[in-house]
Amino acid sequence: MDLAFFGVQLLNGLQYGLLLFLIASGLTLIFGIMGIINLAHGAMYMIGAYLVWDLTLRLGNFWLAILIAIPVAVALGLIIERLFLDTLYKRDHLYQVLLTFGLILVLNEAQRIIWGGDVHSVPVPAPFDASLQLTDNLQYSVYRLFVMGVCLALAGVIYWVIRHTRLGIIIRAGAVNRDMVEGLGINVRTLFTLIFSVGVALTAFAGMIAAPLTSIAPGMGDSILITCFVVVVIGGIGSIKGAFWGAILIGMATTFGSVLIPSLASMVIYLIMAAVLLVKPRGLFA
Amino acid sequence: MLHTYPKRVMAIMLALTAIVATFPLWGEAVFGGQADFILEKITLMLILALFAMSLDLLVGVVGLVSLGHALFFGLGAYTLALASPEFSPASLWWMLPLVMLVAAVAALVVGMLVIRTKGIFFIMTTLAFGQMLYYFISTSQFAGGTDGVFIMFRPSLTLGETALLDLDNPYTFFYFCLGLLVAGYLFLRWLTRSYFGQVLDGIHDNEHRMQALGYATAGYKLVAFVIAGVMAAIAGMLAAMQYGFANPAQLGWHTSGEVLMMLILGGMGTIFGPILGAFAYEILLFVYEHATTHWPILMGLTIIAAVLVLPRGIAGVIIAPPWRRRASAYEPAADEATPGKPATQGEEG
Amino acid sequence: MKNLKKTALASVLGTATLVSAFGAMADDHPVKLGLMLPYSGTYTALGEAITNGLRLAIEQQGGQLGGRDVEYVELDSEANPSKAPQNMSRLVKGDKVDFVIGPVHSGVAMGMLRVAKQSGAITIIPNAGLEAATNQLCMPNVFRTSFSMWQDAYPMGKVAYEQGHRRIVTITWDYAGGKEDLAGFEEAFEAEGGEIVEQILVPFPSTEFQSYLTQIASLEPDAVYTFFAGGGGVSFVRDYAAAGLKESIPLLGSGFLTEGNVAALGDAGEGVMTTLHYAETLDSEENQAFVSGYQEAYGEAPDTYAVQGYDTGMMLVQALDAVDGNTEDQEALIEALAGVELESPRGPMSFSDSHHPIQNVYLREIRDGRHEVVGVAAEQLEVPDDACRM
Repeated sequence: MDLAFFGVQLLNGLQYGLLLFLIASGLTLIFGIMGIINLAHGAMYMIGAYLVWDLTLRLGNFWLAILIAIPVAVALGLIIERLFLDTLYKRDHLYQVLLTFGLILVLNEAQRIIWGGDVHSVPVPAPFDASLQLTDNLQYSVYRLFVMGVCLALAGVIYWVIRHTRLGIIIRAGAVNRDMVEGLGINVRTLFTLIFSVGVALTAFAGMIAAPLTSIAPGMGDSILITCFVVVVIGGIGSIKGAFWGAILIGMATTFGSVLIPSLASMVIYLIMAAVLLVKPRGLFA
Repeated sequence: MLHTYPKRVMAIMLALTAIVATFPLWGEAVFGGQADFILEKITLMLILALFAMSLDLLVGVVGLVSLGHALFFGLGAYTLALASPEFSPASLWWMLPLVMLVAAVAALVVGMLVIRTKGIFFIMTTLAFGQMLYYFISTSQFAGGTDGVFIMFRPSLTLGETALLDLDNPYTFFYFCLGLLVAGYLFLRWLTRSYFGQVLDGIHDNEHRMQALGYATAGYKLVAFVIAGVMAAIAGMLAAMQYGFANPAQLGWHTSGEVLMMLILGGMGTIFGPILGAFAYEILLFVYEHATTHWPILMGLTIIAAVLVLPRGIAGVIIAPPWRRRASAYEPAADEATPGKPATQGEEG
Repeated sequence: MKNLKKTALASVLGTATLVSAFGAMADDHPVKLGLMLPYSGTYTALGEAITNGLRLAIEQQGGQLGGRDVEYVELDSEANPSKAPQNMSRLVKGDKVDFVIGPVHSGVAMGMLRVAKQSGAITIIPNAGLEAATNQLCMPNVFRTSFSMWQDAYPMGKVAYEQGHRRIVTITWDYAGGKEDLAGFEEAFEAEGGEIVEQILVPFPSTEFQSYLTQIASLEPDAVYTFFAGGGGVSFVRDYAAAGLKESIPLLGSGFLTEGNVAALGDAGEGVMTTLHYAETLDSEENQAFVSGYQEAYGEAPDTYAVQGYDTGMMLVQALDAVDGNTEDQEALIEALAGVELESPRGPMSFSDSHHPIQNVYLREIRDGRHEVVGVAAEQLEVPDDACRM
């Protein structure tokens, strides 16, 4: 393995890891703060991608499509939270698992009814539809660099909001002791609705921003879901910092695992997870 | 705490068992030419009921929500498939113990890792371990990869030269599965009422208290995990025997999700509930699939409705029918903090 | 050995006759077609195209088979192999269909064929390309109107060598279908004297290809041969182009890489060469009639999957005409099916001893968003299926 090869693979691993973080951040946010486990996470990622594809086709502009799709995703989160989850907070995780399992079926089938079963793609939007020459025969899409930047920026914003703002303090307090926060005159119910909507929007946004880099097809969320779970388990469930480093670790492991130990490529992330659990059962950063 | 249910529970279950057990007598009169098919379907439901029941020990009794239970189901199927000789039937005398042994070892290894986690961590780690085996089998040439493998001959049960049971006969196989289900039920009933079961119940209520009382709770949970895994593997073996086919999808997380669904539909923590759940789920699926190719919407909404409206499942309705419920005698399920605590009432009458 | 096969055949037929005799249907009853195809999930588009094609063929012939009306029983296979045997069983024993048509997915095919073996139900596979279906499993009651992975990939090996490529990297998902496809290509390419530099297996169904593209770039082969399908195919071709590899290292593939998805590929697909048993641009009367008929009926252009469904329909039309709509005599029916010869939209098509289509495989190149036929990569190619002699 020469140095250039190693360097490019490092870049690949980092880029995949950052994207994974963005996809997993909504999951870990919703769990960490609300204690809700959301199996329909992957379906929401898929919906984000389909929304932006549909709107780009209608409006002719990717950025405008994202701008409109985000409020739609927030609204979806709002409806699901108020309609279904609101009654489940005091119940065991089992009910959340099952309810969101039901949601997967409904959302996947709704996707099929609304958008059909064909494969679609979104062209890489201007001004990022250019490439950099990495090695003598390998180019790298500028859009990938842009996505990396967005993921890093969002990671910073999420971390800052939770650590350093009044809202963040309330959120953390609400997660620890809901009754106490309510006693202080803060409406936790509204807060939870807000968090869930933001979590769903983040996930859908990941689908939107990743859309030009992938293909948009039925069931695209199912395969990403389990990877996100592994990321979150490794990092420590509910920890944004953990999700970040967990995602980077998985990104690197997937990239280098596929090249160095191809025979174990499909299992490598699970092996890492098992190893982490053996040493730290609550994840690396919990 | 002993789980005592109203007498009608026993009456209903016995009646249902009698109806199912006598199917070969009345099936043809009711279903005509379709009787063979219905028998096959019921046999499958019996197998799935055993599978769901095994999960109830974890979810309902101990309070460990596993989203990777299909791992053991699939392991049972694949052990049978890979250990069967190619051109002759295996003997059930060694196949059954082998399946149990393989599952026990796997459950011990996986269990030791996952038992260390709690609540949502347990859900996610069981899910991930299930997927790990799924990918392992999917990419293994010797196990047939994604296409799966055939089991050309059902294992036989012979004593010396005489066949004790002709498992190739669909009726015999049906009674064989029914017998194993009843045996599994009686075993779990005995287990949950034993001293061991009471400790599990205590762990479910408050693990810290049990630890403070000096119980090595991890050990108890691990044993429960192994028992549940072994029972699931037996169910998986039966499923593979029925159609002579094992496929990685049997151990994917969708299968784990479905069996959880059977559990909640039937009512967990009751042991008998999951049996009803498996039947209800399969019947619903059959009806929906016949009605529309958009059946996942109907199934999804049913699951959501069951979670919201019927958290105790069918068993909950039987134990404490809403129309008989007095406000003081029954706490609304929505305020329950723990899953699967069966509604307990004194004996009636 | 021959005797064994005969006994097996006889017993299969025996059971089958018993089953249909039990049904005791008069000839004015409709012919029941059981469709076990994916109508939900990832493969939905394929299931629908096959269904459309099948119905179109039968509608065009007056909506009847051998003078009898047709009843369709559609069952969602969910592309879930673990449910395949019970679903198949439902069609055969529950709905008592005369023919089972399905599936798309090879894993589902295995599950179905297990029941087909026990029940003797006549099964026509309109897609799934697993070799075993017509080779190792070798059942008289099983036909396919599609392809096997080998058949579509093998001709490309020779083409690649003739194009001057000597060192090739092959890449696919780590699953049975992909590996069978690569095996077909590699067999032909190595026989010509070419070298497979590396065979890369990507975990199924991952579409994260960046690290593999980097690997390919550093190996600097003459060309890349690949099998991916559906969303994975679109992702791979687009990523390959975005990495700037398309210009320096030509991309070759099985036709499924791009089939049905040319629009989604956009510019990235231009110039990609694939081999397949069909192309929508085939210049024949049959194909033009089919394309316009399909377009009229469903408002969209057909793809290979639609042709496979269509030919399944035409096969039934021809076979049931030959037996005057009598589905009771299964031996005669199987014989009629095996003897079917079609002037299909894909060109002439007949069946080998193993009930596998003998058909042309075309070399296609994407130009202006269409699969243009560059030439015939293999004329009337028969799959060896050497484990199956009926």
